[in-house]
Amino acid sequence: MGALIELDGIVRAFGGLRALDGVSLSIAEGEIVALIGPNGAGKTTLVNVVTGVHQANAGSVRFRGEDITRLSPDRIARHGIGRTFQIVQPFPHMSVAENIAAGARFAGGASSLAEAQARARALAAEVGLGDAVDRRAETLTLAKRKRLELAKGLAMRPRLLLLDEVNAGLNASEIDEALTLIRAIAARGITIVVIEHLMKVVLAVATRIVVLHQGRVIADGAPDVVVRDRAVHEAYLGQRYAASLGKVS
Amino acid sequence: MIYLQVLANGVVLGGLYACIAVGFSLVWGVLNVINLLHGSFIVLGAYVAFFSYHLLGLHPFLSAPLAGMLLFVLGFGLQGAIINRVVHAPVLMTLTLTFGLDLLINNAMLVAFKADYRKIVLEPPLGSIALGEVILPLDRVAVMVLALLLTLLLYQLLRLSRLGRAIVAMRMDHDAARLMGINVMRMSAVTFGIGAFMAGAAGSLLSIIYPISPLNSTLFLGKAFVICVLGGLGSVPGAMAGGVVLGLIESFSALWLGPEYAVTVSFVLLIVILAVRPTGLLGKRGFE
Amino acid sequence: MRDWAILAAGVTLFALLPLLGGNYALRLGTIFAMYAVLALSWNIIGGLAGYPSFATAAFFGLGAYASAILAGKSVPMLLAWAAAGIVAATFAVVIGLAILHLKGHYFAIASLVLAEVLRELTNSFADLTGGGMGLNLPVLRWTVGQEAQFFFFAMLVLVALTMIAVLLLRRSTLGFALRCIQQNEDAAVMLGIGARGCKAVAFMLSAVFVGIAGAIYASWVHYIEPGDVFDVLYSVKPLVMVLIGGIGTLFGPVIGAAVFLLLEEAVWRSFLTIHAAVLGGLIVLLVLFLPDGMLGSRKARLVWRG
Repeated sequence: MGALIELDGIVRAFGGLRALDGVSLSIAEGEIVALIGPNGAGKTTLVNVVTGVHQANAGSVRFRGEDITRLSPDRIARHGIGRTFQIVQPFPHMSVAENIAAGARFAGGASSLAEAQARARALAAEVGLGDAVDRRAETLTLAKRKRLELAKGLAMRPRLLLLDEVNAGLNASEIDEALTLIRAIAARGITIVVIEHLMKVVLAVATRIVVLHQGRVIADGAPDVVVRDRAVHEAYLGQRYAASLGKVS
Repeated sequence: MIYLQVLANGVVLGGLYACIAVGFSLVWGVLNVINLLHGSFIVLGAYVAFFSYHLLGLHPFLSAPLAGMLLFVLGFGLQGAIINRVVHAPVLMTLTLTFGLDLLINNAMLVAFKADYRKIVLEPPLGSIALGEVILPLDRVAVMVLALLLTLLLYQLLRLSRLGRAIVAMRMDHDAARLMGINVMRMSAVTFGIGAFMAGAAGSLLSIIYPISPLNSTLFLGKAFVICVLGGLGSVPGAMAGGVVLGLIESFSALWLGPEYAVTVSFVLLIVILAVRPTGLLGKRGFE
Repeated sequence: MRDWAILAAGVTLFALLPLLGGNYALRLGTIFAMYAVLALSWNIIGGLAGYPSFATAAFFGLGAYASAILAGKSVPMLLAWAAAGIVAATFAVVIGLAILHLKGHYFAIASLVLAEVLRELTNSFADLTGGGMGLNLPVLRWTVGQEAQFFFFAMLVLVALTMIAVLLLRRSTLGFALRCIQQNEDAAVMLGIGARGCKAVAFMLSAVFVGIAGAIYASWVHYIEPGDVFDVLYSVKPLVMVLIGGIGTLFGPVIGAAVFLLLEEAVWRSFLTIHAAVLGGLIVLLVLFLPDGMLGSRKARLVWRG
């Protein structure tokens, strides 16, 4: 079976700074990939390039065999790539149901507003927002907004869902709930890429870890292998401290 | 050799235009307020010069600082009392507000001064000088030099003084500036006042070249717009570059198409530039 | 359902005006309908989509001239009016694709300048448009009373059509998409909304009825000149009306048009020389103290569009 999404030699520069310096990556259906790396490694930039927010300066992105490198973000969304934002982006004055319905109607294949609304209510219940369905998004707490963000992404019925730091700002029990959701999403057959800082989350859900550092992939493989990788330690801790860890691959 | 003359005309105009636009550019870039009153401020400055000349015998070049100070007070008051209240509102609101204020002030001018075009005719006239084949009317050259001087003074103020540093800080980030102890509300009023000062002084200088009437205010406002879009917002070099470019465009289009098309050409250019490169020639992103 | 009922009731009541008033009342009624068309149209791009447009005068003048020129070439009046709408709509789509990617201030400026450019161009192409001398429209062989009634009903039909379009839009997927765009355009795009196309359609809708209104106006007054129909006030007044009534609401523009017209008539009669100042003062007070308008609320408030 071919890869779901293939990145080949992606370069993205801002002025003189190369945020992505030749990233190549191939993800198969059904994987749950954790994309990790120190701050400034280029993780969000990578997601932005894949979703069409930024144009790659070089390289290509193929999704289900089709070249999507130059497509606009809305077309990419309709192709089946969904994405959540690190800083949540709801439609503040619209209700939870309407927010989710937006995801269902435009990329998610609902053929009418009524159908989209119905799907939205069902999804809201699934992610635990059932009782907040008619409340305006701006009245929700951060944790609920994150779930709304997730529900919107799900409503799009994507093949690939990119989750950008869904757990930032959440407390321990909220994170556990988020984890359960992520597993449930994967169980629906959606391929997931999570950008994460919390190793606890990464190790709990990921089938594969990709490590980005200064715009390049420095490690890519099964979790227990990657966590022992020397280069990864050096990237996070610097050479001095990595050496003192004593776990060398 | 007519091109050289047209070029010279354009550059001289340019210095003038820079002064017209720099106050407008500052307010837009720093406060994110499009001051639709700017044209009326310029005309007010011109009236100050007119009345000072006829009633006090004060030369327009000397009444420029006076006009500036009077307009500063007006601008400071307007921003402090009124415009400050809507700086956090959507774009639409501030635009509409300054439009309403301009209607008020323009109408007031019409009632007070009538729509008749006044002119200041200097006695004795300054004449012109010839540089090779190029003829330069001295009054325009003098205005250009003074306008540039004023603009450069502003530039130094922004770069070197504490006040200037505070204004630049606000331009970059209101909230950060507040955290640094800058009283944003008061600084906003000061900035708007400075913008008004430049407009008033420019109006005063212009009074010996352009006819003075409240009906001219949209003309100056339009030029200020185009210059800001051409040169980028909130920077003095931008206003100068934009001013010179507009001066050249107007001179050459007057030559090739006729003087009545100068305004149309500049507006069409405005739209084209906005469509293609909204950050202007010197591209400083002014709060998009 | 309720909205349709309100519309039907409103139109019916309004249509009774000729029975109650003389020509002066009809004239006011015609102007009110025209103002309502302009305000409702503006609300589509300014309120629903959230793009503060100052292009209304451009569309109005364009429609007026398109119709007047065609009428001069013996095109039947109603056909000329329809053509004017098409011209305005086409212009909106073309220009829209060039400037709708701009945000906030830049879009406002670009749209404001459109009317100026069109005005100058109209002045220049004097052979076609009569230039600064203006353009006369064919005189209709009706009595004053008949003309008054005819144009009143013409504007009434137009405002009814506009209102129907607005109601349909509001409930449609496009209307939903525009609301999403207004609240968070980046998020909207990421959810698969083709923002560029949606905005262009909204801009086009905000132009078509305005263009027809300009055409009807031209036929009504029999003589137009550039400075008159491209007057920037035709861009600002609808905005003020919508502000009075409440941005983004359905019937706010209509209420606002009525209130504005009443104020305008009262002020014009009493304070002719300072009517601009009074309008300015009204605007200032409105922005400072009633930014949500009469029908609006915190809920409907515009999100900062920077």
